[in-house]
This record gives sequence, C-alpha cells and structure tokens, in this order.
Amino acid sequence: MSIDVGSEPAATRSVPSGGAEPLLRLRGIDKNFGPVQALTGVDLEVHSGEVTALAGDNGAGKSVLIKCIAGIHSPDGGQIYWEGRPVHLHHPRDAAALGIETVYQDLALADNLDIVQNMFLGRERLRHGLLDEEAMEISARETLTSLAVTTVRSIRQPVASLSGGQRQSVAIAKAVLWNSKLVIMDEPTAALGVAQTAMVLELVRRLADRGLGVVIISHNMNDVFQVADRIAVLQLGKMVAVRPADELDRQMVVDLMTSGVSTRERQAPASVTPKEAGTTDGQG
Amino acid sequence: MAKVEEPAAPPPGGAVGDEQLTEAAAAASREAAQRAAPELEAESLGDYLRAWFVRVKSGESSSLPVIGGLLLITILFQSLNSLFLSAGNLVNLLIQGSAYMLLAMAEIFALLLGEIDLSIGFVSGIGGILAAELVKQQYGWPWWAAITVALLACAGIGLLHGTLISRVGLPSFVVTLAGLLGWQGVMLLVLGKGGALPINDKIFNDIASASLSPVASWIVMILIVAAYGLRAWLHDSRRRSTGLVAPPASFTLLKIAGVAASGVVLVLICNTNRGVRIPIRGVPWVVLVVLAVLVLWTFVLNRLRSGRYVYAIGGNAEAARRAGVNLARIKTMCFVFASLTAGVAGLVYASRLRSVSTALDGGKLVLYAVAAAVIGGTSLFGGRGKPSNAIIGGLVIAAIDNGMGLQGYSAAAVYVVTALVLLGAVTLDALARRGRTYGK
Repeated sequence: MSIDVGSEPAATRSVPSGGAEPLLRLRGIDKNFGPVQALTGVDLEVHSGEVTALAGDNGAGKSVLIKCIAGIHSPDGGQIYWEGRPVHLHHPRDAAALGIETVYQDLALADNLDIVQNMFLGRERLRHGLLDEEAMEISARETLTSLAVTTVRSIRQPVASLSGGQRQSVAIAKAVLWNSKLVIMDEPTAALGVAQTAMVLELVRRLADRGLGVVIISHNMNDVFQVADRIAVLQLGKMVAVRPADELDRQMVVDLMTSGVSTRERQAPASVTPKEAGTTDGQG
Repeated sequence: MAKVEEPAAPPPGGAVGDEQLTEAAAAASREAAQRAAPELEAESLGDYLRAWFVRVKSGESSSLPVIGGLLLITILFQSLNSLFLSAGNLVNLLIQGSAYMLLAMAEIFALLLGEIDLSIGFVSGIGGILAAELVKQQYGWPWWAAITVALLACAGIGLLHGTLISRVGLPSFVVTLAGLLGWQGVMLLVLGKGGALPINDKIFNDIASASLSPVASWIVMILIVAAYGLRAWLHDSRRRSTGLVAPPASFTLLKIAGVAASGVVLVLICNTNRGVRIPIRGVPWVVLVVLAVLVLWTFVLNRLRSGRYVYAIGGNAEAARRAGVNLARIKTMCFVFASLTAGVAGLVYASRLRSVSTALDGGKLVLYAVAAAVIGGTSLFGGRGKPSNAIIGGLVIAAIDNGMGLQGYSAAAVYVVTALVLLGAVTLDALARRGRTYGK
C-alpha cells in the first residue's frame, strides 16, 4: 500500500482548517545524531482548530520531531513553514515568539509557587518595577475560566496541592496564556487516572475548538481516538501515514506503528470504542 | 462545575462516557482542592480562623509551633529565674539575638535556593574587622564611610562565592567551606598577635549600645505600625473590591491589631528603666537595624521579579530555567545578599563588644544561623522560608543562650539544649509534612 501522506481531500472533513495555508508545515525534515538517523524526510501539516495526534513506537522519533518544532533541536535538512513562511527555529525563544508553546511531560511547574505565579513564571507583569499581582491574578483567572478549568478552587493555592489532572490543566493553561497558536503536548495523560485523563482530554479538545493548533503525543490509543482529528504515524523516523482519525481504527494504527503499512479495511465503528470498564461506549 | 460542552466535531469514542468521566473528575478534584486549601473558601472570620488552624495542623504554616515553643521556653526560664522576664534581661536578649537574626536572614538566601552558605560567620568577622580598622586613629575614616566600605567588601566576597558556585558550577558546600576556612585565616592574619581590635568610634559603638529616647521610641513605633497597617488595609481591601483572593476584613484588622500590640509591648519593655546606676531607657538602635533588614529582604523576595525567581529556583530549578530565568545571575545575587547581610551582622557584633577579637567563632555563628533559620520554619531543601523566620528562630536561640546563662549552666549544656530544640523543631515540621502528604 502506498503511503498516503497528508492527503488533503480526505483531511477536510469536519475540520475548520479554512482551506488556506496550514498553521505549520514540515517538508522533508531530516535529523541525525551522529550515525543515528532519527528523522528521515518527515512531512507534516498542522492546521488551526485541529488536534493532530503523533503516534509511534518507542524510538520512532516522536520526541525528536516535537523538539524540532519547539526549537530545541535544529533539523539537519528540510524546511519548516509557519503560516506559509519559511522559518528557522534555533532556540525555544524563536518558537515562543511565533506562538508555539510546548507542554512537557514533566510539566515544568514549581511546586512551592501558586497557580498564578507558575503561569506567569519568567514573564511576570510589572507595575512601577514591582510585581503586579492583581493584573496577573485577573489574567490567570480569565484564562482558566475561558478554558473551563473550574475545578480548581483557588488560583492562589500552591501547585503542590493540586491533583495530577489539575497540574496538567495548569501547565496547558500556562501555554495558552501567551496567545499561542500552536500547543504541543508530550504524553499529557501518561501519569493520570481515568477521570483525570478525561478532564485533560476535554481541555485538549477545547483548545482546538478555540482555533488553536494542537499536536499531542500519546501512547494511549483510547486517548488518540477520543481527541484527535488527524493521526500521524511515525515508524523508525519516517512518517508512514497522516490521515483523518475517522479513516483509521486502533488496529490499523498499531499496524502502521509496527510495520509501516496497514492492509486492513477500517472496521465497523463499534470496534473503536474504549475498552475500559466504566466507559459506556458511544456508537462512533 | 465543569459542564461538558458538546464538542463541535464529536471525536470517536463516545460522548456519553466522556460526560460521566468528566463529572467524576470534577467532583474528585473539587474535594481535593477543598482539602488542600480550606481557607480559600472561607467567608467569615470564624471560617477563616478555623481553616487557618487546619493549615497549621497540616504543617502549612510553620511559624506557629515555633512561637508556641518560644512561649514554653520563656515560661520555663521564668519559673527557674525571675530575672529572665525583667526588662533589662529582655532588652539584653534582643541585642544578643540581633546578630543571630541577621545571620539567619543571610543564611535564608542560600537555603531558599536549596544551597548552603557556611562562610557567613567569618565573612561577618571580616566586615567587622574592616570597619574597625578604618575607624582607627591612623586611618581616621568617618563611621559611615567605614561601614559602607566594609559592607561593599562583604558583598564582593559574596560575589566571589556566588560566581564560583553558579558560573563555575562548584557545590556551594565546598565553596563556602573554603570560605569558612579562608576568611578565618584572613581574620587571624589581620588581628595578628594582639588578637583584638578595639573600636573607639562613638557612633559605631552606639549601634548596639545606644537607644532612642523613650519619646522617640513611641513616635517611631507608632509611625511603623501606622505604615504597616495602612499598607495591609489598602492592599487587602483593594483585593476584596476586585474580587481577588483576600482574607475577610476582620482578619486584616486582627492582623494589624496584633502588630500594634507587639509594638506597644516592645516599647513598654524597652522604656522601662534597665540601668543599674544611671537610668537607661528606650528602644535600642539595633532593633531598628534588624527591622530595616527584615523589611528590605521581605520586600525584595515578595515584590521583585528576582525575588520570585529565588523561590522558583528553590522549588524547581529546571522549570525556572525553561521559563527563561537566568539561574547563574539569581544564584550569584543570593550569595551576594547573604554575605552583605552577614556584614551587617558583623558590624552589630563588633559594635556590641566594642571590639573584634580572635574570640569571634564564625563556625559556631554560622551553625547557629542555620539552626535559627530552620527553627523559624525555613526548609533546607529550598523554596520554602522567609526572612521573618529568622527573627523567631534567632529569638529562640538567643533565649536558650540567655536563659541557661542566667542559670549558670556551662556552654556544654547550652549546646546540648540548642541541639535538642533544633531537632525538635525539625521533627515537628517533618511530622506535620508527612501528615499532609498522607492526608492527600
């Protein structure tokens, strides 16, 4: 089966991509570390208002790819286009200046600081040279409210007292606070329980509904199918498929991850439902 | 609560399941939040105090147990010797404790980063010696110039330590251990055979020995309390009016009343005649020096961006680095502030003894400073603590020193008791924290 990379006609299903330039376009990205070829000719398009899930086995190059987008690694070959313009990202600052924010797996929150202090860390607002706590608290509250992160009782409680899902929500809200256009998340649900995972996935969905582009790395197929509009599968540093989520099923993604191809037909939607107990399955 | 919005494009996976899960998630995290921060929900003063008590019990507010301990120590020493609570002894205790308080405030800058500064004891000695040298007859510098140069020299020492630690990447323990040895050597070299450097400058000596007049004491106290009260009231009421997180008005008033009451008690004690032959009254200058340093460092840590970064580095250095904080700069700054504050302590120490001598034991002073900071509630692991911890911790250490001295106990006994109090304070804190983690 030939590899169907980013086939546009199929990708335009219910996605508000506007039909114009994608938010982010990668063309032929290569990256090697010494003799190890981590990425080979990777193409990917990320659209605003869409959740793109990045799937792949361990060592497939998922993390390297998002680090290239986040400005941590510079690609050795290929070109990155941001809103149609070619860009070079040499430093996380370059990515942040464009509106690319990354939520790392270990969250990068300081436990002893409260939610407001964490959300503004490194970018505090000042008035007459002093910390403007009121302006920061109001902004933080607005952002959290707009993302419907209402389970947090007070934004002045230290992050140490939050649950895993709440911490993840704060980390995501922190990324959104800066009028970012693209939010990249590395395994946002990896350490969470069922309920907390649902809370975070709902938040991820809400970001896309607000018109942001979202790239999410996840090992969990339930999560991927629950939240993604489009699924990109990496295998051994090559992009083997980028397809709308509703053209794929769990088994096809697993085939793609392991062998790079899938000869299956997509099965009836019922097979896509999550398996976990307590999750009543909706019919697609 | 978080109601599930129907997504624009329902993802495959079933909206029904999502909804149930989300409600469960919301309920669970709501409960967690209420357990974690009960006072944030409080409306009335009663609720607020109750919530505050819950927080104290769970080890969140670490100064209250120490204040209780201080009361206990006071009652014990007073019952052993009725002189302990006499005005003269209490003022004496304040003056003795001031050096510990200042050194503990210095140490807190290193502790907040999760580092340690072992050198501050002898750095304070260097500060005292330099100022004492410069006001000597043969140089004849005015007191203010001598003090300024001494403090700048101490800041320079801090810059050296900080640069080695943050730019070269050496462990703070090793760098400041070298500082402890090295600056002790320099001190002994300067003091030479005589072993003591007397200070004859009147104003220099007055820092620790002279007092405000009783009337001036009242005026200064009223001004300070008024300034504090006005600021606290305006701050809290503005937050209340904009709907931000703020305590109820009655709690703000209670806080201000507490500060005013402490001020009145302090001035009443200090204004009681404590002279033996000639009457001595009034608040000692050194109390104002300690207060000024306390206000300055509290301001720096709470209101300035750099101060926020100190806590961020102590809490999660990697998070701070990713947020664009210049770790080397902030760390160096902390060691400069620590040595600078140590310099102030050295001046106070020299002024109290009217000389600097080889008897200055910087090794003991720095360990007392660490003990005072930790007893006051500062964490050794970074990110938790504030300058006011140093005041309470310094008072505890000075009270033990003073009270046992009154009873005629030997230095050996004082060391043992101080050690037990230090262990007790840290154990209490650790138990409270463990309770908090399990209760989550």
